[in-house]
Amino acid sequence: MALLQIAEPGRAAAPHQHRLAVGIDLGTTNSLVATLKSGVPTVLEDAEGRPLLPSVVHYGEGDAIIVGHAAQALAPQDPRNTIASAKRLVGRALADLAGHELPYVVEPLSDTAVGIRTRQGVKSPVEVGAQVLRALRERAEAALGGALAGAVITVPAYFDDAQRQATKDAAAQAGLNVLRLLNEPTAAAVAYGLESASEGLYVVYDLGGGTFDVSILRLARGVFEVVATAGDAQLGGDDFDQLLAHWFAAATGGWSGAPSGALHAAARRAKEALTDAERVTMSCTRPNGALDSVGLSRDVFDTLVLPLVQRTLAPLKRALRDARLKPDEVDGIVLVGGSTRMPCVRRAVERFFGRAPFTGIDPDQAVALGAAIQAEQLAGNRVSGDGLLLLDVNPLSLGIETMGGLVEKIIPRNSTVPTARAQEFTTFKDGQTAMMLHVVQGERELVSECRSLARFTLRGIPPMVAGAARIRVTFQIDADGLLAVSAVEQATLAHAQVEVKPSYGLATEQVTAMLKDSICSAAADAAARLLREAEVDARRLLDATESALQQDGEALLTRAEQFEILRAMQGVADTLAQCAEDEGTGAVAHGTLRDALRAAAEVLNRATTTFAARRMDARVRNALSGQRLDQLSA
Amino acid sequence: MSISVTPKAAGQIRKALARRGSGVGLRIAVKTSGCSGYAYAIEFADARAEDDEVFESEGVTLLVEAKSLAMLDGTRLDWAREGLDEGFKFHNPNASATCGCGESFTV
Repeated sequence: MALLQIAEPGRAAAPHQHRLAVGIDLGTTNSLVATLKSGVPTVLEDAEGRPLLPSVVHYGEGDAIIVGHAAQALAPQDPRNTIASAKRLVGRALADLAGHELPYVVEPLSDTAVGIRTRQGVKSPVEVGAQVLRALRERAEAALGGALAGAVITVPAYFDDAQRQATKDAAAQAGLNVLRLLNEPTAAAVAYGLESASEGLYVVYDLGGGTFDVSILRLARGVFEVVATAGDAQLGGDDFDQLLAHWFAAATGGWSGAPSGALHAAARRAKEALTDAERVTMSCTRPNGALDSVGLSRDVFDTLVLPLVQRTLAPLKRALRDARLKPDEVDGIVLVGGSTRMPCVRRAVERFFGRAPFTGIDPDQAVALGAAIQAEQLAGNRVSGDGLLLLDVNPLSLGIETMGGLVEKIIPRNSTVPTARAQEFTTFKDGQTAMMLHVVQGERELVSECRSLARFTLRGIPPMVAGAARIRVTFQIDADGLLAVSAVEQATLAHAQVEVKPSYGLATEQVTAMLKDSICSAAADAAARLLREAEVDARRLLDATESALQQDGEALLTRAEQFEILRAMQGVADTLAQCAEDEGTGAVAHGTLRDALRAAAEVLNRATTTFAARRMDARVRNALSGQRLDQLSA
Repeated sequence: MSISVTPKAAGQIRKALARRGSGVGLRIAVKTSGCSGYAYAIEFADARAEDDEVFESEGVTLLVEAKSLAMLDGTRLDWAREGLDEGFKFHNPNASATCGCGESFTV
């Protein structure tokens, strides 16, 4: 319990404000919003106590828009203006949708996007998603009593950049600040607290209302990596309902045409009841008012849906094969999606892996709950007892420019963020009082080949001989990927800093290109780096010799000796000039130049050996003269 | 309805009021904020407001707004030292849970 102090009237400090953050599972069929309440992840329900929000938007007369259960209820009578499963259309071109039956009219919006024609005009899947997100935002703000600081929104692991960007656009339209997009399987794994282990391999089996997804996650050093995904976009709980409805129609007889909505609903109720009951009575009212009932045991149901359950095993095997894993190498199986409540599904998964899946968390809610945990941490709220979740890595190395146009990498690529690394640097010239820091990003050894992010100058370094100053440069990346670089001179604590967003304006293709580039030119880069290092060394040697000559040259050296040193210096300077001339042209091999430079430096070294020895002797003589032996030993 | 202070807290309050040179007493309030819902506030009081309840304890005057009183009834204000930190501490029988940092509480 914190201790309080007396404040002036009206000035009592408000305690740390809790930033409201939510996790959103934007699903194909249903969506959820969850948050952490007193440290416990909880799904927020609507006013009627329903946790799920059907991802359905109805465009009515005028500009009326209805979202959720009410919209779903309108689907049978107004299918063209009731948009369900819009997530399937996100980031898709019309050609991708060929062969799909949709109850509404889809038309191309551009080469890469489709729109849905409604009575309120053509709506993009992004706009439909935004309506669902807005409904969730309003639900959350009503429940939490304040504006949301941000949200973590989950997306399928297989979503590409365009689909992820579309999801972010939808969030922006809904007035949500996206803290991060999180892969759905990762969110489910987080909900189970799997990230607290140091490493592991997990399978996430997600059988939702209309889609089936398998993801294989590798956890290493607190980071989840999706190593393989597979699935069936046309398989879900609805197919089980359909099958059961057909069975019921056949069993009772006299039904014409496709099973009606009422029959579907009855089938769904029976399926859900069979999760807990061994035997249920499935009943449905016919259009003519007569009531039909049939007893249904779990065994009959299981036999009926066995082909559907078997269909989920093929993607499972495919994903394992892609990840080069055997079922028994998996450390755990996470079940996601309401359909995984069916005992027959659980049994099939258990038989396949030879171990029971995790089932502690409501499979409908696991993704949203995991997203809520992540959101809480990204919003900067403390979660008692544990540190930050590490779920992201920086794609390219970050470093600073050092003498000779070389890059010193401070945070290597694939480091998990948030992270902080520090390294000490020093001055190059005697009496140097300022230092220019150039922050670069990339894998190449030379600054000219990397991406420049920022430059700043540290001033106020006390004048010292070259190499004596200690300047600590710290790179820090927060959970949002924001990079802060600071430089502090250790003696005076003079400091300077800069903040940049390394990923800003950098598309994935660019990252890939930069990486590829670095791999292809690794050998050339290494040679170039060695040459630059040799140049820097040679220049330092020249500087040191020059200042030594100025101090003691006349006193300790004969004319001839001085001349010999000067000539060796000239040799080094000439080779350096040759290096500078060649820079960028690459006419002479880096190795040849480096050898020449090394030879010249060696000549200079040899020429100054005697000089260095005499300077040392002179220093010792000075230090000793006029001192008695007992003083020295003291 | 009662609110009280420990002798140690009373000494600190008297000292603080004397140092400030003005004020009719100490206002104790509950504000809605923080991660557990409510947070305490202690302020100097320059005047008594209409809906204030006034308590005398250990020779100091405590003012509490009517709407805060329900959540503070029975509270004893203490002065404590925790490590390097010294300050007032609430012993509130109404609080059911405090957040990890202790700045706010739930009734």
